[in-house]
Amino acid sequence: MSKYEITIGIECHVQLATKTKLFSEVDNDARGKEPNSCVSPVDYALPGMLPRLNAEAVRFAVRAGHAMNAEINPISRFDRKHYYYPDLPKGYQISQLYQPIIGAGFIELPDGTKVRIEHAHLEEDAGKLSHFGSYSLVDLNRAGTPLIEIVSMPDIHSAAHARDYCKELWRIMTYAGVTYGDLYNGNMRFDVNISLAPEGAKELGTRAEIKNLNSFRSVERAVEYEYQRQSKLLDKGEKVKQETRGWSDDTGKTTAQRSKEEAQDYRYMPEPDVPPIHLSDEYIATEKSALPLLPSDYRARFADAIPHDTLEILLDYQPLMEKLGELDDLNHPFEARSQSRREAASDPATAGVASVPRKDVQIISKVANLFASVLLAEEKSAEYLNDLPSVAQLRDLVKMNSDKELSSTATKEVFLKFFDPQMKTKSTKDIAKELGVIQENDTAALEKIVDTVLAKPETQKAQADFKAGQDKVIGFLVGQVMKESHGQANPSAVQQILRTKLSK
Amino acid sequence: MKIADKNTTAVSLVEEALKKAQKFADYHVFNFLDNENALKKAAEIDKRIKKGENVGRLAGVPFAIKDNFLAPVGSTTASAHILEGFVSPVTATVIKKLEAEGAILVGRTNLDAFAHGSSTENSYYGPTLNSADQTRVAGGSSGGSAVAVALDIVPFATGTDTGGSIRQPAAFNGIYGLKPTYGAVSRYGIVAMASSTDSIGFLTRTPEDMDLLMSICAGQDPYDMTTLPDFYNTNTDDLRYFAPDGERNIASEARNDGPERACRKSSSIRVGAIKDFDNDTVHPEIRQALKDKVEQLKQKGHEIIELDMPMLKYALAVYYIVVPAEISSNLSRHDGVRYGFRSDKVKNLDDVYANTRNEGFMAENKRRIMIGNFVLSSGFYDAYYLKAQKVRTLIIEEYAKAFEKCDFILTPVAPNPPFKLGEKVNDPVAMYLEDVMSTPINLAGLPALTIPAGTTKDNLPLGLQLIGPRRSDANLIELSKELM
Repeated sequence: MSKYEITIGIECHVQLATKTKLFSEVDNDARGKEPNSCVSPVDYALPGMLPRLNAEAVRFAVRAGHAMNAEINPISRFDRKHYYYPDLPKGYQISQLYQPIIGAGFIELPDGTKVRIEHAHLEEDAGKLSHFGSYSLVDLNRAGTPLIEIVSMPDIHSAAHARDYCKELWRIMTYAGVTYGDLYNGNMRFDVNISLAPEGAKELGTRAEIKNLNSFRSVERAVEYEYQRQSKLLDKGEKVKQETRGWSDDTGKTTAQRSKEEAQDYRYMPEPDVPPIHLSDEYIATEKSALPLLPSDYRARFADAIPHDTLEILLDYQPLMEKLGELDDLNHPFEARSQSRREAASDPATAGVASVPRKDVQIISKVANLFASVLLAEEKSAEYLNDLPSVAQLRDLVKMNSDKELSSTATKEVFLKFFDPQMKTKSTKDIAKELGVIQENDTAALEKIVDTVLAKPETQKAQADFKAGQDKVIGFLVGQVMKESHGQANPSAVQQILRTKLSK
Repeated sequence: MKIADKNTTAVSLVEEALKKAQKFADYHVFNFLDNENALKKAAEIDKRIKKGENVGRLAGVPFAIKDNFLAPVGSTTASAHILEGFVSPVTATVIKKLEAEGAILVGRTNLDAFAHGSSTENSYYGPTLNSADQTRVAGGSSGGSAVAVALDIVPFATGTDTGGSIRQPAAFNGIYGLKPTYGAVSRYGIVAMASSTDSIGFLTRTPEDMDLLMSICAGQDPYDMTTLPDFYNTNTDDLRYFAPDGERNIASEARNDGPERACRKSSSIRVGAIKDFDNDTVHPEIRQALKDKVEQLKQKGHEIIELDMPMLKYALAVYYIVVPAEISSNLSRHDGVRYGFRSDKVKNLDDVYANTRNEGFMAENKRRIMIGNFVLSSGFYDAYYLKAQKVRTLIIEEYAKAFEKCDFILTPVAPNPPFKLGEKVNDPVAMYLEDVMSTPINLAGLPALTIPAGTTKDNLPLGLQLIGPRRSDANLIELSKELM
């Protein structure tokens, strides 16, 4: 299998969730709107129309750059990329070839692998074409939507890492708040460059580019397929053609689209209508400090409280991580925000500030477990994410559970009531009371109930059996006490008392 | 110019303009006349004047626009087949500003299709004739606007100057034509030719009218990122001479616009004359006109400085690389998909593009698109486009140095007086050579003003141009008053 080493580089287009388009002031959010209803004369490319750069798009790009630990270029420029297609009204796309806004950076995959970012640039999206037999229709709602294209270095060497990279980028971009991140609607699209070379070879093989993948799964599958396809060619002594290929989820195959010889000459030219972007050091620094905590920050923060696999599941949901962060802040204010954390990491004197042990690992781990095993298992979990319980409710819930006032079943039951519109404003205690699930832990009270049960004729045989060495019957006795207490007693406390009394 | 007031009605001004337009119809000045609406608007202005309202500085003044200005008035054709029938929903910023001062748009004037040309012969609708001699060209590309003003149909018309398109037809018809500093006037709503050299300006019969129009239209426009913060109206000193600013990058200029340079007031002006332009390729009567004006300046006590500007001989070559590159890009949007003309000989998408563009563009448009695509194509970009941009920087520097020695430069606008219709239209290189003295100014983003300079012995109008450092537009106009 490992006869060839696979090398992968990925280009990712991220649609920015700005209010208006990159170069015009019409609504950038065309979700659920009529075709061609979000189109300005600029997007329509009437003669004489000039682009007006959207400051919010620049801000989002800078933020995205910081989120990838990237250099932000204080001066960047736009260029025109020319080609003819009906979804490109001007006949050119305004992009950045020579001086992109985002320079070199890197992201870390969940297993710690670093993937370097070569650069990322700002550009406008094209419209959408729909084909109907003998004719096609153009929708320009998407034309002019701001994009950043993130270009990785060829640092990826497996299908799983290719998937992880895409997913991690998706998490980073959504955490940074620069995109809606809706993959189904093309908010993020991936072009994957794949080449194979004999193990240990110094030079990379010829690459094929798989265009326009829009799910993590299809990225992984396409890479797996390409590995097979290219290694078969190489086994036979044939050459891999440098070309663009398309992927079909249905067939699970890639197919040739355009060879290198057919590649277009885009006739790049500096965009004369948009002056260069000049960013001050202060602006760049302000945007950096405004960045929220990112997946890597949460990994560093919760590594000791949440098992790796659970954490990776929860990391897909930023609101859950934020809630865990709030809970943690109560006990141990996390002063090292993402930015200072990064600075700290490079400064040996303060390195490790972020990994100071928290006072209460338990609360994090229990709530994380409720999130992962209860909340996310719910059918309506997506809805629940928008309206999470308060920190006080969660903290009290964990405390009642720890204090054995709530059994683990009761804890889950109360937790789910936090999402019940009738109950969610109430305190944990009130909910538990209303449900009648608070356990009796008062030893004196429990002893009284135990005594009552032990005095009953129907328990005499069981008591005798237990004393004779049949340990199992303790369960029956506990059950009797629970019944007597109307389910309010703490079963483990009851068992303890029973054992003490019966062994006398 | 005549402004409407209680004694002179706007309707009478507009009626007169329309009557003259009719009278001079054989010059083919207009692509479109808006008779009915213009009169309606005039009547409204008169009503407002009667009510005692302040209608504006151009109350009731009829004006014409070059047919590459967008406004929902008639079809904006740029005299090109491919834009036939295109009615713009958008109004150019300049037109909005003029109309806000009470001016009344009466018609659209002819031009070389997409402003590609120096004679208005490249118009899809046929050439405009010279105001002084119907066998000769009007100049171009703003030929229609120049003749409209020279024939006194309207007191002013708008124009665009990418390489001399305002100044040369102004010279050919004996009127004033200003190509303002790059970025002084908004390009929004004007069919683009070459974005980095396009300047929006005016053709008038007096310097005073030019000054009024500039004070109304100059200034920053949020719809054009390359416009400069208003400098035209910020300094009210008479004859203010700015030191050369030496700034190189025209595009970044629009962002990093520092405070105005200190003014140097002086009663004596230093006027530069470029030695390189005084040679046998320039028509003797034009050389004589230049000598006469130089003499006039000397008599007024101004100093004449001889300038050596060896880089300027490369300007035309640079211009015909950079400008076609931008043209090829800017004209890409004319694809027959969304507006204007579409070929009906279409079987597939490639046909839509190829046949629409083949039938819709004029020969000169195609020539420039091909040159542009060539100099931008991979493998040639560095040798042509990039090299040309570097030489452009040297040209900008050469002007900056020249303006250390003098306050203004006086040169011919074109090497020849108005030439015969058909004389050069089939010889592109001869036609391009007409631009040799006008194009370097566009490459450097400088302001230049064509002033009338008498006539030839055959009564053909002659013009010269005053060139100043960036932002010296007001001073050029001021100085031109001394040279009447």
